[in-house]
Order: sequence, then C-alpha cells, then structure tokens
Amino acid sequence: MKTVPADPKGVDSGPHFMDGDHAIAEGALAAGCRFFAGYPITPSTEAAERFAERAPEVGALFIQMEDELASIAALIGGAWGGQKCMTVTCGPGFSLMTENLGLACMTETPMVIANVQRGGPSTGLPTLTAQQDMMQARYGPHGDNMIIALCPDSPQECFDLTIEAFNLSEFYRVPVIILTDETVGHMHEKVVIPPADQIKVVPRNNYSGPKEDCRPYKFDSQGGHPMVRAGDGYSFHVTGLTHNERGYPVMTADQNKIVVTHLMEKINGNADKIIRLDEDQIDGADVVVVSYGITSRIAVKAIQDARKEGIKVGSLRMITIWPFCEKRIREISAKVKAIVVPEINYGQMVLEVERNAGGRCKVISVNHCGGAVHDPQVILDAIRKAIQ
Amino acid sequence: MSTQEIRFSGFGGQGIIRCALIMGKALALYDDKFATMTQAFGPEARGSACAAQLVVSDERVLYPYITQPGVLLALSQEAYDKYYGELPKGGTLIVEHDLVKLRSEHPDLRLLRVPATRYAEELGNRLFTNLVALGFFTAVTDVVSAEAMKKALPGLVPDRFLKINIKAFDKGYEHGIQMMSQNGEAAS
Repeated sequence: MKTVPADPKGVDSGPHFMDGDHAIAEGALAAGCRFFAGYPITPSTEAAERFAERAPEVGALFIQMEDELASIAALIGGAWGGQKCMTVTCGPGFSLMTENLGLACMTETPMVIANVQRGGPSTGLPTLTAQQDMMQARYGPHGDNMIIALCPDSPQECFDLTIEAFNLSEFYRVPVIILTDETVGHMHEKVVIPPADQIKVVPRNNYSGPKEDCRPYKFDSQGGHPMVRAGDGYSFHVTGLTHNERGYPVMTADQNKIVVTHLMEKINGNADKIIRLDEDQIDGADVVVVSYGITSRIAVKAIQDARKEGIKVGSLRMITIWPFCEKRIREISAKVKAIVVPEINYGQMVLEVERNAGGRCKVISVNHCGGAVHDPQVILDAIRKAIQ
Repeated sequence: MSTQEIRFSGFGGQGIIRCALIMGKALALYDDKFATMTQAFGPEARGSACAAQLVVSDERVLYPYITQPGVLLALSQEAYDKYYGELPKGGTLIVEHDLVKLRSEHPDLRLLRVPATRYAEELGNRLFTNLVALGFFTAVTDVVSAEAMKKALPGLVPDRFLKINIKAFDKGYEHGIQMMSQNGEAAS
C-alpha cells in the first residue's frame, strides 16, 4: 500500500485523555476523512459530536442525516465524489445500514463504519456494552460479500485502528467496520496522537488516464485499483447490479461469478496481509484464550492469574476479526489441549474457532449476553477446566 | 501502589464526571500512571444521582471498572447512602460536610469531611464545589499530585474560569493539609 504522511490539519498531535468514541473521530480526521454523515445513537454519539465539533477547523463536512439508511447512502455518494467518508452507529442503526452496506460492498466503495456495540437485539440495552454484532458485520448484507472488521481494545487503539481502517478501505475499496463496544467507546484513557508526519495514510487513488481506458472496476482479486471521481469527466456507471469493469449491468451467471469471486478473494486472498493478531506465550501453551475487543483486556487478567497457578496459557487477541484468522486457529488447535473463547454474546466468534479447530482440540465458550463485561474469575475457571 | 479504585459520586450539576476526568487526565498525562475513567451512562445518570469510576495503576488497567473502591468521594446524601457500604475496612470516605448526614461515625473507615459547597460559595459560585473537593481529595490521599491536577485543568474548565478554579482547588487543598496536621497525619 502506497502511503503518504497525514495532512497536519486533521491531526491533533499530543497526549490526550479521551474516550474511545472521540479517539475514533480523531483517527478519522487524521486519516484524511473529510465527510461524515450520521445519525446519533448511544453509545456512538460522542464520536459524531467530536467530528462535528472539529469539522469546521479541519475543513471537513459533517451532516446529521434523517436516519441511518440515508447516512450510509450519503457515504456512498461522498466516496464517489472523492472524499474519504465515515459514519458511526450501533446495533439498531447498523441494522438499518445493512442494505446499503451491501451496495457499498458490491460497488467497491471505500468507507469506514464504527459500530460501538450495545446490547441487543433491537433497541436492547442502549447504554450497556455487548459484542453481539460480530456476525451481523460479516453476514448482514444479502448475497456473498466480504468486509474487513477491526476490534480495538482501548481508546488508543480506537485512534490507531481507525487510521488503519481507512487505509485498508482505500486500498481494498471495501467498507471497513470498527467493531468496538460501549465500554471501550465510553472509556477515557490516555491517547497519544503522533505528529502528522509519523502517521501513514493511504491517499485516495483517483483514475486520471485517457477516457477510453477508464474502468472503475478490475476483477483481479486484488486491491489497489483506482476509484473514478464523479465530475472528473469520465463516463462510468455505479450500480448494485452485477456489472462489468465499466460498471454497466451484465446480469449473467458467468459475470456474477467474476464479480463475486473478486469481492471475496480481494479480501480472503490477501488475508495474511490484512490480519493483525496480538499473541502472547502461545508456544508451549496447553490452553490458548482467543478473544477480542474489551473482553481481551479482561481475559489478560484471568490469564495472569492462571499463570500464577502454573497453567501454561497463551493469548491470541484478534485485532482483525474479519477476515477471520482461520490458518492461525488451525495451527494452534493442533498443538494445544483447549481453546477458550470469552465474548459478550450468546456465542458467535466461538463458531469460527470451532469450525477451524475442526475437533483437534477442545473449544470452550465463555459467553454471556449483553450488559456487562466478564468477571475475570469466570474466564479463569474456564481456563482451569480446560486443562482437566 | 499497584491499583487504586476510586468512585466519585454526587448529583447532576456538581461536576462529578468532571472530577473524574480531571483526576484521570492528571494521572495519565502528568503523573505517569495508567488511569481508566468510566461513568454511569444508564438511566441513573439522567436523574439526580451521578457517578464516575477511576481505576489507577502503575501498570496497564485491565479491568476498567471498580471491584472494590479504595476511596469514595460522596458529594450528596444519595451518593453517600448508595455507595459507602462498598468501602472495605480502612477505605477512605470523603463526604460533603453540609450535604451529607452521616449514618454512623464509620470507625472502620478513614472519614474526612469537606465543606466544599460552602467554600465554593465563598469564592462566588457553587459551581466550583467540585474543584474544592478535588483539592481536598488531593491533599488527604496519595493518589495524585497537586501539580498534575493543576496542569490537567486547562481544557477541562473554561479558560475564563481557570484562575478561580485553581483558587477553589487550592482552598480545598489547604483545608485538607490543615485537617491532616490536626489529625496528626503526614501530608502527602
């Protein structure tokens, strides 16, 4: 990925004491996002507020739309108009965005959506934490499609991963979802924003060649293909229908295979480059705790306690949740007695772990519904049980 | 100190959340500690009661919420009634002198009373109550340094009220130091 230093205008360098939501907004501005369309919803509202407050001084545009359907539709327009775009929401709003999320996937429109998860289903628990939208982010839109999703575990990582989300989104021309949660979104901690020249940003890549060669799409299962900016004088089409490389509808089984294969493989085929994991003492471990987001922090406490008892326990924190780290789970499952998967839902990512462990080791789900983080003791008990 | 858990509580308008923000910022940015602040966001935060939690550590804070507070700052009767039971033996209980009627003398706790609202009114506005309380808190505990607290204020109080807020902080701080020497405790 070709990168350039961040535009200093959007970078509020220095140490801050801020919450995860604010850090997401600052990360977006640092990444060069200059268009935000959204609809306020707890617990994501603070991110919208921060962006709106900072937009005039940065030269960005903030629009409060009539609802979430319109918000994501505006992002699609904004992106084809040449801007890096983002919105923030949580479960109920994310559900409304799902239709046009599919359109963004199909039209390969870069955008970043932060889902600050709260308890569901429906309006669920407006002010309380959850990790219940993990599968929705991946499988929400109909048809085959693939997105990238990242899971920060702190306000600092909210900042860092929002920049990474924009970079991945620009390069792979795919919606990137930041799957955080109420706890991280509302938690205040130290966030250090580096100087602009130390922040690497993937710039918008707009086609500028001859008109006759203009192709807004290239179905080669890779990223890096330029966007075409509306208003630059090129003739092209953007549609949710199965299309050719100029964007015009070609509604055949053969073309669907070409397009869908590209959509899936530009992400899955580059999974090794995209996926980031944070691993600790996995070699020689009897048990590995596989976790993500806020739960991974709390898992560390349980892991530390388990180690004090002499249990060989490793940690795999999934910073990238989609695409899923299939290969790594397969490798680990062949070497350990058990994998423990704590998460704040009825058991979602554990299904991916089980699928990839393929019966090679025990997989223990330590899950509960939305509303609260884990008691570390519960994870510790599961680790103890895992070695029995 | 490995980990300290602090609860700030009172009613809406007293600047409770601001208290936690200021102290969290002071610790994380100027006292070289790890500090994680969370606040009540539920329906309870919309009514009269208001609370914030601060977890402070020399190492990264893993569990962001209070498990057992070491210090409770209670600026209202409701806050005191709701939370004092959480304190372990030897825990520090700081209450608003005029607003909290004690249920007991709390012989098992380190009980400290600060007339924060009265002092704030003497400074011209009860809006400064929280800074008086913070100054007092800073003096009577070893959680945070006064220098860090003052450094943390810009950006968290309006610029035009910075001086008076520092004055309020000093007022509470001096009261705390005085009380410590009266009690024969060494100032931190």
